[in-house]
Amino acid sequence: MDLAQLQRQLVDYKTSLYHEDFLDEQFTQLQELQDENNPDFVVEVVSLFFEDSDRLLNELTKALEQQSVDFKSVDAHVHQLKGSSSSIGAQRVQKVCIAFRNYCEEQNVEGCLKCLQQVRHEYSLVKTKLEFMFQLQQQILSAGGSIPM
Amino acid sequence: MAAQGRHGGRKSNKMTALVVDDNMVNQTIHHRLLDNLGIENEAVSNGKEAVDIHCSGKTFDLILMDMDMPVMNGIEATRKLREMGIRSMIAGVSTRSMEREVQEFMEAGLDDYQVKPLTVSKLISIIHKING
Repeated sequence: MDLAQLQRQLVDYKTSLYHEDFLDEQFTQLQELQDENNPDFVVEVVSLFFEDSDRLLNELTKALEQQSVDFKSVDAHVHQLKGSSSSIGAQRVQKVCIAFRNYCEEQNVEGCLKCLQQVRHEYSLVKTKLEFMFQLQQQILSAGGSIPM
Repeated sequence: MAAQGRHGGRKSNKMTALVVDDNMVNQTIHHRLLDNLGIENEAVSNGKEAVDIHCSGKTFDLILMDMDMPVMNGIEATRKLREMGIRSMIAGVSTRSMEREVQEFMEAGLDDYQVKPLTVSKLISIIHKING
């Protein structure tokens, strides 16, 4: 695939992510903070988000496995996940977190478990898509091209 | 972006800011937003650390205060800082949007409040309040 085709593929791919609500305006804000002095800003922040989310999802799994669920603790973790997903523009993850918090408030274990499954699913989707997007960007850069923003 | 007049005689004209947020992703983003506007900044992870850093003698032109944090939340920290006589601009930055919750936060001593996520334009509007 030549450079122009790669760049077109990237633009189309990014557009589809916005279109399907995987990403929202906040992701655009992050991209605008990237410049020659901070060329890897977006990848750095998103990587932080991945690390943070992996940890939180593990904590959530453990917390919901307990005999007596500590809903305050579950809620605190979901709050964190909601916060970071919102900050990077991962809209679908954020939306599940909102529902998740409602179940925490109701102390509904079933509901929480369902949401945990959903949030894992949405997180895994957005992670795969962002990783693919970064891969495309890297291919473009390696071919000597620039990233179309 | 020069902070003239308010702190005349200071060697650096750079504004300074403190980010108070327990979320690492947010800390990183806020740090970059501030850097981008030429504002020297540092970050702490909860209200108690924000109070402690002031006890150590440091002051900042701007404090970006998250609401929900462990150990000491944003409301308590804001109250404490005002009690200590801190006159810095304190902007609450939170996901809370219910009037009652925002009001409680404002009454603790905020100068401004912005709903997260923070953006360049929200930050600029906060800064205009300092200089305006």
